[in-house]
Amino acid sequence: MEDPKRIVISGGGIPVRGNDIDTDRIIPARFLKTVVFDGLGEHAFEDDRGQLREAGKTHSFDEPKFQGARVLVVNKNFGCGSSREHAPQAIVRWGKGIRAIVGESFAEIFFGNCVSLGLPCVTVDEKTASALQTSIEQNPAAEVSVDLASKTVKVGGASYPITMPDGPRKQLMEGRWDSTAELVGNRDIIKATAAKLPYFTGFV
Amino acid sequence: MGKTLYAKVFDAHTVAKLPSGQLQLLMGLHLIHEVTSPQAFSMLEHLGLPVLFPERTFATVDHIIPTKSQLRPFSDSLAEEMMTALERNVKKHGIRYFSTDKGEQGIVHVVGPEMGLTQPGMTICCGDSHTSTHGAFGAIAFGIGTSQVRDVLATQTIAMDKLKVRRIEVNGKLGPGVYAKDVTLHVINLLGVNGGVGYAYEYAGDVVDAMTMDERMTVCNMSIEGGARCGYVNPDATTYAYLKGRALSPKGEAWDRAVAYWESVRSDADAVYDDVVKIRGEDIEPVVTWGINPGQSVGVNGKVPTAKDVPENERGAAEEAYAYMSLEPGQQIRGTKIDVAFIGSCTNGRLSDFEEVLGLLRGKGLKVKPHVRALIVPGSQSVRKEMIEKGYDRIFTEAGFEFREAGCSMCLAMNPDKLKGREVCASSSNRNFKGRQGSPTGRTLLMSPAMVAAAAIAGEVTDARELFGIGAA
Repeated sequence: MEDPKRIVISGGGIPVRGNDIDTDRIIPARFLKTVVFDGLGEHAFEDDRGQLREAGKTHSFDEPKFQGARVLVVNKNFGCGSSREHAPQAIVRWGKGIRAIVGESFAEIFFGNCVSLGLPCVTVDEKTASALQTSIEQNPAAEVSVDLASKTVKVGGASYPITMPDGPRKQLMEGRWDSTAELVGNRDIIKATAAKLPYFTGFV
Repeated sequence: MGKTLYAKVFDAHTVAKLPSGQLQLLMGLHLIHEVTSPQAFSMLEHLGLPVLFPERTFATVDHIIPTKSQLRPFSDSLAEEMMTALERNVKKHGIRYFSTDKGEQGIVHVVGPEMGLTQPGMTICCGDSHTSTHGAFGAIAFGIGTSQVRDVLATQTIAMDKLKVRRIEVNGKLGPGVYAKDVTLHVINLLGVNGGVGYAYEYAGDVVDAMTMDERMTVCNMSIEGGARCGYVNPDATTYAYLKGRALSPKGEAWDRAVAYWESVRSDADAVYDDVVKIRGEDIEPVVTWGINPGQSVGVNGKVPTAKDVPENERGAAEEAYAYMSLEPGQQIRGTKIDVAFIGSCTNGRLSDFEEVLGLLRGKGLKVKPHVRALIVPGSQSVRKEMIEKGYDRIFTEAGFEFREAGCSMCLAMNPDKLKGREVCASSSNRNFKGRQGSPTGRTLLMSPAMVAAAAIAGEVTDARELFGIGAA
């Protein structure tokens, strides 16, 4: 079994540029017509990819040089919109599997969904995001390394600081991102908390 | 020092502090639908766990259901498979299901309130970002992902951090022909699509106080479009009047105790907020979006902003939007030709939304422009039934609208209702993202139902106040 601890995540990088990239763009709604998450990876950014293809351009997810990538680098408010977990599920299932996302900021539900999947979303400033994207585009073979312990991201000899709230960072580093396992043990306190809320007992 | 409703409700539902530092929050009401629940049930079964509080989870079907005919089996085999999975899961786990057979089906955020399930002082979640809608009742209500749906099924709790609270006061009065939809679009434009990240929004002020529950739901619904995971309004007499007598709201003596509890969760007069924003109702115009996120909007008589008009960090998004929407910077939004008009969704698919439009249409002999495909999609079977009983369906049909069955329909196009090619849709829904309405190149202009109706009749974006003579003496 795969080690659940997420401390240093290294591998090739892939940039997806643009602010406010919503979950409809990450995985269009028509691919949500499924009762499983399998097979979502190949449809990640499907419509964005198609439109660029028609315009004679290539989306980074279609570039052969980025196919083995493990670290996705994005800009502001990535993953806004729908709460669909299908979005991070598609990202972790694309190619060899994305294992960390570096961006300027993330939408809240998306960030939480990623934690549930053991996928760290770490934050850098605008300049760093742009520098990382440029560096990956110029040298796709370079290894990008996200280190949750030292709170840095390294590429091609350069090192930049990253931020992530301590709670999820610790969860990921200690391999305790499986939320059900964390929650299920407190069954007695859950029931006691419920018993104190008047509406749980029908206001009797 | 006083507390906000958010703090009171959050604290009362806190089970424990988790080793990660996050808080374990008890959920009072869990709503599920066919899209985000099947994988959660599979994971639960894989773990061999039962549903801890099956009586606090309620199900319905909305995203995939066709609106031309709800007859089974659906012609789309994938939709049929999802429907079957939901039916199997609710049966197996003893979960109450608002089904089409019983006439209780509808968009989850329309059905919860109309059944009287959504109540003040609750925590409410659903695998759907527009769960923020339920905050209109003074609940903490937010969308969750599928892994969290699993957590709620297994433990009735989720792991969460406490949000900051921003009070948004809308004072004064709205002008004639300016609606709750315009208020929420105005707020998003003002604070930005990520302005609410990390916050719960508390909506208040004269305008919000005067709103009906349906209108408050429209405002809270789009909190997520401003980046706020939840938005709420403090409960008051309007809230209680709405809830009284609903199928699943408290009855008899329990009602009085319920009202006492609901009153107790209101934000204290001396509550401290992390931020306060004040808006004048008089400053709000009927709003139309011109871009590819709900913050890219302008008053109906305004112009698509030029790159110079938008802050530097939004210019890239603006350029992308001009190209996708085929709109020129500086061009009047009014006069933009439309192909499709859609009135419905969890934002604006309630009875009062259709009644407002009907009041504007009635007796004027107005017709939908022949080139426009115009859809009226009730938010629930109950809304639909009432519309038929009152003869609204006939009036809409005579005016050239198609009158459909209840569902999410063209808001997100996971069903047969979709835009084709580069069609432009005037829509009462909540998202104008690229491809949102089913065609990868389809274009969406968000606006109030009255403005959608006006666009349907004019065949282009127009000022509903002029077309319908709203506010004319």
